[in-house]
Amino acid sequence: MSETETAGTNSKRSPAPAGGMDPRLLWEQALAQAKLREANFSTLSGVPLEPLYGPDDVQLDYQRDLGYPGEYPFTRGVHPSMYRGRLWTMRQFAGFGSSKQTNERFKFLLEHGQTGLSTAFDFPTLMGYDSDHERSLGEVGQVGVAISSLMDMETLLEGIPMDRVSTSMTINGPAPILLAFYIAAGENQGVDPKLLRGTVQNDILKEYQAQNAWLVKCEPALRMITDVMEYCAQHVPKWNSISISGYHIREAGSTAAQELAFTLANGMEYVRRGIAVGMDVDAFAPRLSFFFDAHLDFFEEVAKFRAARRIWARKLRNEFGAKDPRSWMLRFHTQTAGVSLTAQQPENNIVRTALEAFSAVLGGTQSLHTNSMDETLALPTEKAAKIALRTQQIIAEETEAAHVIDPLAGSYFVESQTNRLEEEAEAYFLEIEKRGGVVSCIEQGYIQREIHHSALEYQLAVERKQKKVVGVNIHVEELDAAPEIELLRIDSEVERGQHERLAELRKKRDSSKAQAELDAVRDACRDGGNLLERFVAAAHANCTLGEIAEVLRQEFGEYEEPRII
Amino acid sequence: MGRRIRVLVGKPGLDGHDRGAKTIAAVLRDHGMEVIYTGLHQTPEMIAETALQEDVDVVGLSILSGAHMTLFPRVRAELEKRGLGHVLLTGGGIISKEDMQALEEHGYVQLFGPGTATDDIADWIREEMVKRWKNEEIPL
Repeated sequence: MSETETAGTNSKRSPAPAGGMDPRLLWEQALAQAKLREANFSTLSGVPLEPLYGPDDVQLDYQRDLGYPGEYPFTRGVHPSMYRGRLWTMRQFAGFGSSKQTNERFKFLLEHGQTGLSTAFDFPTLMGYDSDHERSLGEVGQVGVAISSLMDMETLLEGIPMDRVSTSMTINGPAPILLAFYIAAGENQGVDPKLLRGTVQNDILKEYQAQNAWLVKCEPALRMITDVMEYCAQHVPKWNSISISGYHIREAGSTAAQELAFTLANGMEYVRRGIAVGMDVDAFAPRLSFFFDAHLDFFEEVAKFRAARRIWARKLRNEFGAKDPRSWMLRFHTQTAGVSLTAQQPENNIVRTALEAFSAVLGGTQSLHTNSMDETLALPTEKAAKIALRTQQIIAEETEAAHVIDPLAGSYFVESQTNRLEEEAEAYFLEIEKRGGVVSCIEQGYIQREIHHSALEYQLAVERKQKKVVGVNIHVEELDAAPEIELLRIDSEVERGQHERLAELRKKRDSSKAQAELDAVRDACRDGGNLLERFVAAAHANCTLGEIAEVLRQEFGEYEEPRII
Repeated sequence: MGRRIRVLVGKPGLDGHDRGAKTIAAVLRDHGMEVIYTGLHQTPEMIAETALQEDVDVVGLSILSGAHMTLFPRVRAELEKRGLGHVLLTGGGIISKEDMQALEEHGYVQLFGPGTATDDIADWIREEMVKRWKNEEIPL
């Protein structure tokens, strides 16, 4: 089908310029005569690419635009020593079935050298329903672990020293409730909340834009987020109160520039909200963290991470007046791109993931999740999860790439992509402002529509073979329709087990105390008291996730998505 | 001009992954079909009710939550309850080959996995509907 012959830009290099002819002109002539593989070349996001980048393509003031690692504008990294000091945290997202099963997987990963925990919850938990709710039927424990109560959270963390392990929890709508379970579980383990380290995703704006696991309407949801920011600043100071996430925006189909722009726009909205409730920006901004996708376009991704750091530093210092350098620093977690994996020839996914992970490392990530090869088919098996972790360990230990900070800086190509992405993001910031801000853009469906259009364009490009996917539209094998790899299955027993645990919990607890705490939550919804404080008390009284969330749904109203299709 | 195929694209359950559903809705519309998209977080009852009210020929479900073994049969049952047993039920998502075969053997649906070209889905729907309408002797 396609020619493999390449028009190498260097292969036709002429001998020494004759008669002083401009070497660039000579090269351009040679290029013009070469046979090319394609008519157009573009990034994964569809942005046209030049065959060669040089000094004319990059306007750069070293100190202004790059600086030194650990210094404004942090383009080169947030720490002076970067991975020479400490490698990134290898944090594999895990969760399935019951809290007991996930507890075992956590211990397995810790035993194999993982350095932090990351929890995936099932859909009922993500949407604020107990496992025994009617809407949870068939979904309990399927895409993550089922956590309906403090008791489930305690089982999840049994035998794991909560003062020594950092934990990330991917949850948003009901994030403050799950964080309350975590704080309460720590207290029951005898751990002072001040020692708890970790992150709760708690980024509701991108839920409305892309991931779609919401609980209540926009404004009350944002109020709960500032409640978490305030409570954490006081009581759980080492906790990252929010992880502003581009991952889901990208996975929903956005381009790299859209991922960057919408994520940072959301981040700025949280900063505005924090300031609006009277907090000093430097009191909470250092605890904001970010989460990006690492997709297959290696250079565009490295540039994206670098641009993200620079934009955030500039905004926080210049627009929000933050004084503390830690407020300017964009620290981020990265996950390799789930959407880039194929169900066809699934072993190839190991290679895709390795390349993506490498871009995250060269982009200076603080922590990393590498996807397992079987994730387009089911949740990962133990074997697949281990290969994914080993992939990071190979990058860290064998490639010698972690010894030099920001090694691609100064590449004409990478610097020009970094500049280009910053410019594209700035254009989106203006557009969002023109449309009345992020919340207004969500209500109009503007951001959702932008993402949808990019997703559709990419799908059509794959179908027209303008974008290639090995095993899907090129190098297809007819026989691979039924991949012969082992798959993880979630037993329906998990759902039944959860029903029993919940029934037992409701029988055993002091029901008048539980009711009193739910009433206190309702009061706080109305009088503006800090909701996270109430949730912690409700967690100790064994109120369930669904019960607390139901109060919120009643008081604040459920969110309804605008139609864009 | 032939009769236009009416398709309901549905997202049952709590699953929020709607990239595929929106993409397929847009593509089927480009193929000249009338497409109604339910939006997210629908119960099987809600989907069947919309199918009834919108008088659709086809219901396509997108499920990436692992709950397909529960949701496909429940949507099928709710359709039948409303006298919509004739509606062509199809769908796709993260569904293992084994589960696909099981669902297809139970006569629920023809399913499409990851990597399927959207044009193939549109063509399949059209062929199926043409067959059905011929059998019903409805003028095309």
